[in-house]
Amino acid sequence: MPVNIKELSRKEDRLTGGHRLCAGCGAPIAVRQILLAIDKPVVAANATGCLEVATTIYPYTAWKIPWIHSAFENAASTISGLEAAYQSLKRQGKITEDIAFIAFGGDGGTYDIGFQALSGAMERNHKILYICYDNEAYMNTGIQRSSATPLGAWTTTTPAGKVRPGKLGKKKDIVASVAEQGAVYVAQASISNFRDLIEKVRKAVSMDGATFINVLSPCPRGWRTDTSETVNIARLAVETCFWPLYEVEDGRWRINYIPRQKLPITEYLKPQGRFAHLFRPENAQLLEEIQKEVDAKWELLQKKAQLFQ
Amino acid sequence: MKLPKWKEMPEGIVILEAGNAQEYETGSWRTFRPVVDKSKCINCLFCWIYCPDTSIIVKDEKMEGIDYAHCKGCGICSKVCPVKAISMVEEGSL
Amino acid sequence: MKTKNLIALEGNQAIALAMKQINPDVVAAYPITPQTEIVQVFSEYVANGEVHTEFVTVESEHSALSACIGASAAGARTMTATSSQGLALMWEMLYIASGARLPIVMTVVNRALSSPINIHCDHSDAMGARDSGWVQLWSETAQEAYDNLIQAIRIAESVNLPVMVNMDGFITSHAEEVIEPLDDEEVKHFVGEYRPLRSLLDIEHPFTVGPLALQDSYFEFKRSQAEAYKRVIPVLKRVADEFSKITGRKYDLFETYNLDDAEIGLVVLNSTAGTAKEVIDVLRGEGKKVGLLKPRLFRPLPVEELREALSKLKVIGVMDRADTFGGFGGPLFTDIRSILYDVPNRPIVTDYIYGLGGRDVTTEQIFKVFENLENIYNTGKVESLVSYVGVRE
Repeated sequence: MPVNIKELSRKEDRLTGGHRLCAGCGAPIAVRQILLAIDKPVVAANATGCLEVATTIYPYTAWKIPWIHSAFENAASTISGLEAAYQSLKRQGKITEDIAFIAFGGDGGTYDIGFQALSGAMERNHKILYICYDNEAYMNTGIQRSSATPLGAWTTTTPAGKVRPGKLGKKKDIVASVAEQGAVYVAQASISNFRDLIEKVRKAVSMDGATFINVLSPCPRGWRTDTSETVNIARLAVETCFWPLYEVEDGRWRINYIPRQKLPITEYLKPQGRFAHLFRPENAQLLEEIQKEVDAKWELLQKKAQLFQ
Repeated sequence: MKLPKWKEMPEGIVILEAGNAQEYETGSWRTFRPVVDKSKCINCLFCWIYCPDTSIIVKDEKMEGIDYAHCKGCGICSKVCPVKAISMVEEGSL
Repeated sequence: MKTKNLIALEGNQAIALAMKQINPDVVAAYPITPQTEIVQVFSEYVANGEVHTEFVTVESEHSALSACIGASAAGARTMTATSSQGLALMWEMLYIASGARLPIVMTVVNRALSSPINIHCDHSDAMGARDSGWVQLWSETAQEAYDNLIQAIRIAESVNLPVMVNMDGFITSHAEEVIEPLDDEEVKHFVGEYRPLRSLLDIEHPFTVGPLALQDSYFEFKRSQAEAYKRVIPVLKRVADEFSKITGRKYDLFETYNLDDAEIGLVVLNSTAGTAKEVIDVLRGEGKKVGLLKPRLFRPLPVEELREALSKLKVIGVMDRADTFGGFGGPLFTDIRSILYDVPNRPIVTDYIYGLGGRDVTTEQIFKVFENLENIYNTGKVESLVSYVGVRE
């Protein structure tokens, strides 16, 4: 069923305004689109991070759904417990509603400190959807690198200095990791392409097992971009194939969007202050390397998808 | 909101009024204010689907205006508007 | 009167049996020596459909308690079990469970903490968690551990606090003992239907668990939590009374043994109390006024009751199966000594750290402790307030 924005607009938002996330933050855009995608009741667990902190500063909460935060590394385990309680109580006839269970974690809480819990929950195959809102660094503590930080990016722990040009080493491919682990549905999406994200969320919550979606959620503060550019930057990530939109369903890889004209990676990097140093002459080679990596990954993805055509 | 004394705290670390952040106004954060020219608006609702602050008011599938009590003035709405119906105007200059 | 149903069970099997009879909605647990058998035996109950429990076989103890927190917040009766490093890995979540006022019940099969790594009994694991806000019950025998676990459910759910039931690793967990379990129906009736304070699955009444509370409210949350522990003692006594009506087995905040007219007393937790009782029998035979106090409830500390029970003694020896490295004696010692500070003619209190890493605790060691206490009693002189017993000098 195609996404109809007018119909969506008749639904009640389940994340209110009045939260304290920065102006132009990508995370609440992701959360709103995700919650609008789902018709049934949602119970959510949230890892420690910007989204958690800024939406629930006591005595205010922006969440209209049952919501829990307990710690940083354990959103996947917490949602496992909630889902287990649900399965048990349902089996005993003590609950009848159909409920969707969603965990939200940033890249720090997902790629890094929560990776083990995520892997465990996926392997146990709880009927859950884990959403990583990926802003490519520890933004809540002030822009420190995570394993989601891309090659060459400036962060406060990978500053661009005289001998080191920002982050050394590539971004961890978490989607492939979770997909290869055998999760029933794994996808990559972006806040810029809301129809794609909403369709993926709908598909994920209809699955009978553990699902994972990695959503690109730009951070103006950490990416050194204008607050108004959040959606545009996310779109450039998609159009340059830095952030391809794809899904892996029961091990079958599928690309959901092929840019009409794949833009050079510099189009994505240039508007972001965190990559400004890459445009200095001494870093020309690194810039080339980044383009090569994007191209190679895109090519590999296409090959994987071709296997299942 | 008046904060409770310790004896008035509920058992557990909880907030029982779901969505009460609505009472907290973040509109004062704004430096630039989005102003809508309704004559240009085509009600595509892109501003609404991309608003991080749930601050685009939509009624009956139509863009009705902006919730200035919560809008932080990020300007995303003006950038995603395909017909340039939203302009960002410096606060205080109106 | 019905005939006694006596069976031989290891401590871990007794715990697993209690868990089966409690039939919790959710168990999330991870295997660790010497707790492992609990999860193994319980898995059999799950595999055979003898419980309606959803058993979450997590990938770590941190996730075990995290899943328990999620399940308990969802309104499910929730249990787990661990030991030593497992409890240490849960540390972060222990405080979160108690702060969130979730009545999770956990068996801790006490084992020494690394390093060096060791799998045998001491109390450093649970003692490290003594300020974490968990109610702590301690058990001398498998029977006590079994009985404590069943009562723990009622206590936890009455005060909305998590409860930890401790028993000694290997000594109790792996030793076969004749125990008298309750019937399944009796346990079912005793623990009753769980009615949670609130549930995240109650979608008609959404709420937020675990918000950020800053300088303006964190203190109020913690002050409110501190008050909750006052309710534990009366609840524990009421639950114990009810339990004794079914079983004839009497439980209280602590057990005393020949303490009423004693002048020299020993305070010791768990299985060592059994060994100490043997020693006391011998010494009593020699006409010595010696007695014992074995705490059952260690957190919250029953300050008034302990003071009342111990204040008439002249000399008290506390035996600690844990050290506080750089502190002033073992954790039980510092508490007992502090409790008695305000008593007129307060007893002399000394500490004997013993049995670390499963070092065997012999009657000879305990005789020596009493000998030392008798010396202090006779001379009024204390050579060392804190000493180590049973270590190669």
